[in-house]
Amino acid sequence: MKRAAWQALSFLAGDVQADRTVPPTGFTARLTLFTAAAMALLTVFALALSLATGRLAARWGEELAQTSTLRISAPAEQLAAQTAAALDVLRTTPGIARARALTEEEEQALLTPWFGPDLPLDALPIPQLIEIEEEGDGYDATGLRARLQAEVPGAVLDDHTRWREPLVAAAGRLRALGALAILLIGASTAAMITLAAQSALSANAQVIRVLRLVGARDAYITRAFVRRFTLRALTGAAAGTLAGGVLLALLPGAARGTDSFLTGIGLAGADWLWLLPIPPLAAAVAFAATRMAARRMLERQS
Amino acid sequence: MIELRDVAYSYGGGELFSGLSLSLAPGSFHFLTGPSGAGKTTLLKLCYGDLVPTSGAVALWGEDTTGMARDGLALNRRRIGVVHQDCQFLDHLPLTDNVALPLTVAGRHQEAEAYLPDLLAWVGLTRHAKRRPPELSGGERQRAALARAVIMSPEVIIADEPTGNVDWDMSQRLLALLVELNRMGKAVLIATHDMNLIRSAKAQVAVRTLRLKDRQLIAAGAEL
Repeated sequence: MKRAAWQALSFLAGDVQADRTVPPTGFTARLTLFTAAAMALLTVFALALSLATGRLAARWGEELAQTSTLRISAPAEQLAAQTAAALDVLRTTPGIARARALTEEEEQALLTPWFGPDLPLDALPIPQLIEIEEEGDGYDATGLRARLQAEVPGAVLDDHTRWREPLVAAAGRLRALGALAILLIGASTAAMITLAAQSALSANAQVIRVLRLVGARDAYITRAFVRRFTLRALTGAAAGTLAGGVLLALLPGAARGTDSFLTGIGLAGADWLWLLPIPPLAAAVAFAATRMAARRMLERQS
Repeated sequence: MIELRDVAYSYGGGELFSGLSLSLAPGSFHFLTGPSGAGKTTLLKLCYGDLVPTSGAVALWGEDTTGMARDGLALNRRRIGVVHQDCQFLDHLPLTDNVALPLTVAGRHQEAEAYLPDLLAWVGLTRHAKRRPPELSGGERQRAALARAVIMSPEVIIADEPTGNVDWDMSQRLLALLVELNRMGKAVLIATHDMNLIRSAKAQVAVRTLRLKDRQLIAAGAEL
């Protein structure tokens, strides 16, 4: 590990004389820098989206997993009695920390987004909702349903399973899409840098020929090009990552972790550490892509 | 050191030469003459492994160049100083860096400071040290190419028309350098049209002259 780190450092430090043997290549230098910066920026956003999706899904899933809802549909004159009976059952059920019947105002607030603020709740056959908060490992849903069926026939228990499962599955898929996006960005970076390296190698065919004629080994020629492209990718990716980080930090509500998905996009706390590997990974991609391109070119020219 | 055995080379569908054999031993001094297009440059390229023969074998220090790994070839080239007809410089580098290039690629650039001042003075290019190759005349470039060819103190020196663009005085100075290196045990092979150069060399050192004509390599010299 120490040896590898030392080799990486000496590679990055380079050999001034060896570096000078390859002439400066303005176009490919700018292309590599721009590509690395743009791809790093996109990686930062893909990473932030992926992390935010995972974070929100985890929070929603956790909240939904800890709560249930009991819905009581009964004629108006029986509703109060059935609600009281249901609350009695719930209070004596192990695994339930608290059960509370929603007030008329709370039910009104739940329906407001759909029907507007002036809904005459009294005139509608609205079921009574009871919010259940679980404790420990939760309650035995099958047993509770059986008791409720016997004592409160109009009660329907919703333990949120049918909400939670698709949400968790969707979050998993979104996270996988984020990972796929990052992989595609890495592959695109490799492709772009390979093209830039091939262009630089072709433009310097005469330089390569002269170096070979005076006894340069393949490793020497390859290193001169590889180091240049690796450093450009590292610099570009560092700039792109920094820019992406600044933009994320400027997003409203990013650090506060609000529930809204859009304002929740961003990084918080230790999530920022995920940005650190982006520049070295971009450099590693450039290293591999340029080395492969250089070796192919040297093979062709021999 | 360098040996060509029954070598043939074909180019563009036609055979340039065939059945050539040549051995460059330590301390030997060869001139290669022949009409333009006879294949002198090609023969030199075969000698330093820039080309591989169509048939026959070229051995560098006993190792066949056909199928030789590129790194092996590179290491052998460090033992051969070559003055190319078209000089082959890195145009973006100053003269000093170009002359020191064989040392640089061998990881011995720090030695350049010890050799460069004398070498550049010897070929008369001290005041052009910071210039780049495109800023030099043809003769100056050839002198610089010779300086680069000898900076590693190679065992063999191969030169393709090294005096083609220099005046008489300079050609004699370059020849004197090559003769001096030959007396130190280096093998020298020079392709040239310059008969005066061959005569001058013969006056100083034992020279073997070969003529490439009609696809054959023959010994010449009686007429010189």
